[in-house]
Amino acid sequence: MLSNWLYIGIFMVVSLFLPAAAIFIAGLLAPKKPNAIKNATYECGMETVGDSWIQFKAQYYVFALVFLVFDIETVFLFPWAVAYNQMTLFGVLEAIVFILILLGALIYAWRKGALEWH
Amino acid sequence: MTFWSDPDGFLANWLIHLLAGIGIPAGVAQAIGFALGAAILATGSLLFVLFLIWLERKMIGRVQDRLGPNRLGPWGIFQSVADMLKIFTKEYITPSGADKVPYNLSPILTVAAVLMVWAVVPLAITVYGVNLNVGLLYIIAVGSLGEMGILMAGWGSNNKYALLGAFRAAAQLISYEVPMVLSLLIPVMLSGSLSMTQIVVKQDIWYVLYTPLAALIFLITSIAEVGRAPFDLTEAESELVAGFNIEYSGLKFGMFFVADFLHSFTISLLVAVIFLGGWRGPGAETYPLLGFVYLVIKTSLVNSFIIIERASLPRFRIDQMMDFTWKVLTPVILILVVVTALLEKTLVMAGALAWVRTGIMFVVNIAILLIADTVVRRHLARRPRPDVRGKERPVARPENFFSQPGSGA
Repeated sequence: MLSNWLYIGIFMVVSLFLPAAAIFIAGLLAPKKPNAIKNATYECGMETVGDSWIQFKAQYYVFALVFLVFDIETVFLFPWAVAYNQMTLFGVLEAIVFILILLGALIYAWRKGALEWH
Repeated sequence: MTFWSDPDGFLANWLIHLLAGIGIPAGVAQAIGFALGAAILATGSLLFVLFLIWLERKMIGRVQDRLGPNRLGPWGIFQSVADMLKIFTKEYITPSGADKVPYNLSPILTVAAVLMVWAVVPLAITVYGVNLNVGLLYIIAVGSLGEMGILMAGWGSNNKYALLGAFRAAAQLISYEVPMVLSLLIPVMLSGSLSMTQIVVKQDIWYVLYTPLAALIFLITSIAEVGRAPFDLTEAESELVAGFNIEYSGLKFGMFFVADFLHSFTISLLVAVIFLGGWRGPGAETYPLLGFVYLVIKTSLVNSFIIIERASLPRFRIDQMMDFTWKVLTPVILILVVVTALLEKTLVMAGALAWVRTGIMFVVNIAILLIADTVVRRHLARRPRPDVRGKERPVARPENFFSQPGSGA
């Protein structure tokens, strides 16, 4: 079991190392002649006005909240799905009630207009 | 144990014995074996991208009545090698306002997030990186690392187009993750395991026959997760010039490109493994390499479907795209999970055979798909269409179409 995670760890290091090495080697081969105009922020030839790191309205933060609900739901549902074959009908019905409550929550969010993109 | 019955174990044993022969302890030898295996798998899949890029260009060329690349090598197959060599010698242009750490980290992270999926996918009966007992959860978790990379690219570039593209990408990816994860519940329910190898072993009948609707929803949402047409709003050329990767150049841009193609192949692989029976096929148990060939064929079919679909469909608008996942896919997959859970349990208690259950579930799935389709069509027909005409513009309307103004004719 532990060696499984050792393999995953090694794989993670290797898969981070390969693109990093490629980018590093290409950096050695590539020319380096920066100048002010070349390094300017690209905006279709216009000069950029102000910074991009400003406060603004993230339109989708309600989507993010609904997503959070469903993500947590799946954390509960996956153990249930693994145990499904050993379960009685009662256990299945309980999970179905759980899913139906979430479906109700989705319809509530829908009615409240949380799922509209403005 | 011979090479033909267990190639992976045979090579691993041979390596460990070889290393033990020169006095390296077994634990270290195993770690070295792991590192070599990981390096071979990761490098192999990265080099495979060169072939994938050629294949996609060739197929899209055919769809659009062109030849596609045809100069370098037979059928132009070395075109991507030449492209790669060229991109290696391109200058890195870092915008002066960029936040260096996320800017440089994000291409690496984007590729790594896709590569790490390959660690748990079984390529044949004994050939897999690792048989993790929570493999499916691991794939979901690692897959969502990619959106971190996109957000870092958008934020780090300090460019307004890049930022907008990244926020669109985040909204799209989190929205499509909900139906994708829910559609994976059904294979887990049927196989009773989260391990990828177990899911393949349990597929005496392919799950695509048992639950075609879940397979379809998984395919659609996976395409959206990759950000391919018709869901390629993150890099909409006509609106955001290139989206989150606009400020990247040279191989840093190339890495986003590689991640895109590799990701699309990886989701084809996942569809093949989870729904199309993976390496299962006649004779695959005794000869694992034959199973590998079956898997490659199934994956290529799904990948070809994705390429042709990319060439044939127009892009969604962003509100249509969000509506599609939250108001169509999510309710449908929730209802499908409920129906499958109830029906499967009842049928098993009634003692129905596997083939009978599959037939009933197939019909039920198609019925749900048709009902959902009808409901959506009715709704769209009833909704008033907004009038999108602009204000009247002066248009040149010559009285005689064949005369040029001022020509005297």
